[in-house]
Parts: sequence; structure tokens; C-alpha cells
Amino acid sequence: MNPILFHLLTIVILLAALLTVASMLIWGERRLLALWQDRYGPNRVGPLGLGQVVADIVKILAKEDWIPPFADKAVFQIAPGVILVATMTAFAVVPFAPGLAVADVNVGLLFFLAMSSMSVYSVALAGWSSNDKYSLLGSMRAISQMVSYEVFMGLSLMGVVIQVGSFRLGDIVLAQQRLWFALPQFLGLVVFFIAGLAETRRIPYDLPEAENELVAGYHTEYSGMKFASFFLGEYVGVTLFSSLVTTLFLGGWLGPVLPPLVWFILKTVLLVCLFILVRGSLPRPRYDQLMAMGWKIMLPLSLANLLVTGAIVLAREGAR
Amino acid sequence: MRLTGKMPVPQKEKMNATFYISAAVAVLSTILVIVSRRAVHALLYFIVSLLAVAAMFYVMGAPFVAMLQVIIYAGAIMVLFLFVMMMINLGVDVRGPEQAWLRPSRLAGPAVLAGVLVAELVYVLAAGWKHSAAPVEVPPEQVGLAAFGPYVLGVELASLLLLAGLVGTYHLARGRREDKSPKEEQPR
Repeated sequence: MNPILFHLLTIVILLAALLTVASMLIWGERRLLALWQDRYGPNRVGPLGLGQVVADIVKILAKEDWIPPFADKAVFQIAPGVILVATMTAFAVVPFAPGLAVADVNVGLLFFLAMSSMSVYSVALAGWSSNDKYSLLGSMRAISQMVSYEVFMGLSLMGVVIQVGSFRLGDIVLAQQRLWFALPQFLGLVVFFIAGLAETRRIPYDLPEAENELVAGYHTEYSGMKFASFFLGEYVGVTLFSSLVTTLFLGGWLGPVLPPLVWFILKTVLLVCLFILVRGSLPRPRYDQLMAMGWKIMLPLSLANLLVTGAIVLAREGAR
Repeated sequence: MRLTGKMPVPQKEKMNATFYISAAVAVLSTILVIVSRRAVHALLYFIVSLLAVAAMFYVMGAPFVAMLQVIIYAGAIMVLFLFVMMMINLGVDVRGPEQAWLRPSRLAGPAVLAGVLVAELVYVLAAGWKHSAAPVEVPPEQVGLAAFGPYVLGVELASLLLLAGLVGTYHLARGRREDKSPKEEQPR
């Protein structure tokens, strides 16, 4: 097939799949939470309640798209788009199967880090442009939380990069043919997963939108499709972090018998379920506890991981 | 002299268009940074400008620098700028005094100085590389090798300076808190 056409087709299918998965996750999350909490969850619309997704989308599209008169209109409208664009663009570097990636560039991992730092602007601008104290407080929390957790999110991945010697995600997957990095880089995996929770602002790290103190945090003033965009962005973010954990620590598409793409999807779905299980089982910490945990536990842990990994890799090279 | 193992240079014809488009975006957004009346709008244009420069780096065969540009400048430094901007001047309209600062008569001095620089730039570009003060073009690898080779002491000193700044900031912030509420001080 024409390579350009193949590329465009990959992009279109990927975007369509992402939007579908993200909106299905609303139903999936509610059903799974219900299962783990001994409830039914949404089960009335269609088989298994699957029609709930369609009903929700129709409802949210039909809602009035209200922009508060005291808001900064232009910025208010840009903010929800930023998070969708940033998280979906980050998927460009994820290899789903051998040769099946939009752009498996040699700075892939850095590109992911760059895009995830761009998504901070979404919540920051949403809070600022809403011109409202709850939104502002929420986005203040979001910025300091995301910026702090980004620091060691990057550091936790560097152990993998040292072992592989490449930022290309395809190379990282191929380097795991003998052993998944989940074992030698276990600390990195744990730190990255926790940082992922903080970056996507999921419970237990959802203080920016803590409803019992901040109404809804940075998206208090949003309604209709713009409000839904933040949620889509959050679910795309959860999918992104799950597929990155798969790629970096769980061997990506590698696996016996089943085709590579199926393995990738299977591992990613399991991790998304883990994200939801964490939400269903952990309470929200206090804000200072969150920051203290970040700087006093996670940062030293990821630095120690980096140091030990670097030392072992250097010692092995010296022994050769 | 160039080191081996450089990135393959991308195809010139195709990449030129991408380069000029991102350059145009960079110039336009930088102008908008200057003329924007609201600080946050200016900051947004600044971020766009930084991203455009990152795209230029990428097209010119320096993907690593491009990513660092996005992560460090657009992702970290600008977020801190935004954070500070959100906390100060909340609800205060500063457009009036700012317009007073931007009277045309005040722009004359900087405009003349900038004009000299533009003239120099045009001359250097027109005359070619041979008229520049540097004897050779310096690729990024050379910069890295020089910084961590013969000049490693300077780099280390700079990092010490940064550490001193960090400790100083910590001390200042902590001191003020102790003044206000000595009861809250935790036992050591």
C-alpha cells in the first residue's frame, strides 16, 4: 500500500479508536466500580447498559454550552482542547505492533514527556480563565501537583532508557524479549504508575477537583461538550499511561501465540482496570501529604533507582 | 571539523516549507507576545513561539534539542511563569498603566538599537559565513564535549551557584513562615 495512505489510515483509525475507547471507559469505569462495590451500576440502557454511553453523549451534546460572562472567552474556549490535543498527540509515538506506530521517532519517550507537560496548560488555563475562586484554587493545586510529579515521572523512566540505550519506544519493546523491564525496573514501574495517577488527576490524586471542598475544581464553570472534553482528556490520559506502562515495562506487543496487537490491547486493558481499581479502593490524601510523598519519597526512590541502574549497567560494560 | 555519527540531514526541499511555516509562526507569535495587552495572553503566544522554535529545531535535524526545548522551556519554565502570573494581579486591571509605558516615544531607543542588530544580521547573512567572527561552525556535539571536557570546572561551579540559589530560596521561604507562626514549627 502507498506509505502515505497507510500512515493517514493509521492516524484516522487510531484517533477514532481512542475517542471510542475514552467514551466507553465512562461506562466501563462505572460498571467496574459497581462490581467492586457490590452494586449494579448503569445496566438499563441496552445490553449490559452499553447504551449508557450513547445516552450520555446525546445528553451532553444537547446541553447548553454556556460561557460565563466574567470569563476570559478566548482562553476559556482553548483550555479543554489543549488536553485532548496533547494526550492524543502523545499516542503518535506508541508502537502497537511491529511497524504499527504513527511515528516511532528516535526521541519517542521525550516526545511523550513533552506532550504530558503540555497538558498542564489545559487545567491551568481553564482555572485562570474561569475567573472564579474554586476554579483558580483547583488549577493551582493541579499545576503544583503535576509539575512536581512530572519531575520524577521523567526520572523513573530513565532507568529503562539506560538499560536500552535508546528513547525509541520500538527499541525499548524489542529489548524486553528476554525479560520484561517490570522486574529489573520494578521501582521505576511503581514510581511511574503513581506519577501517572497524579498526571491524569485520578483518585487518590484528584485534589484539583476535590468536590467536597472545591465544587469541581478547575472545570467548575464548564458545561456541555467542553466539560466532556476534560473527561475525555482524562480517559485518553489513562489509556495513554496504561499503554506506556505496557510498552516500557510489560513487553509491549511481545507475547506467545496471540498476534502482537492483541497482546498490546490485552495488557493495556488490564492496566486501565488497575487504574479504576485504585480509584475504587484508595482515599484521597491531604494536600501537604501529597506533596510530601512526591518530594520526600518518590523523588529519592527514583534517583536511587537511576543510580543503581546506572552503576549496574556500567559495571557490566566494564566486565565485558 | 565535524564529528561522525550525525543525524542524516532530512530532504531539503520538503523540509524547507515546514521550516518556513514554523519560522513564520514563531515570528508572528513573538510579535503578538509584545503587543498583547493581557499578561496571560502574551504568555500563551510565548508558548506558541517556543513550540514553533522547537519545530524548527526538529526540521533542522536536532530532534533532541527540539524535545528539550518543549520539556524545559514550554513545559517547565513557562508553567512556573503562568503559576506566578495567576497569583499576582488577580482581578486588577493593569492595562491602563501598561499602555502608558508603551508610548511610541519610549520605543525610539530600543528600535534604533534593534535596527543596528538587524543591519548587522542582514550584512552577515549576505556576506556569508566567512565574514563572521567565529573561525568554524560549531556543531552541538562540540559544545557538549567542550562543556564537559576542558570547561568542566566552570559547569560544576555554575551548578554550585544554582544549588546555593536553591538553598537560599528555601531559607528565605522557611524564615518567613517561622516568624508568622512559631507554634506550627515541627519538632526536629
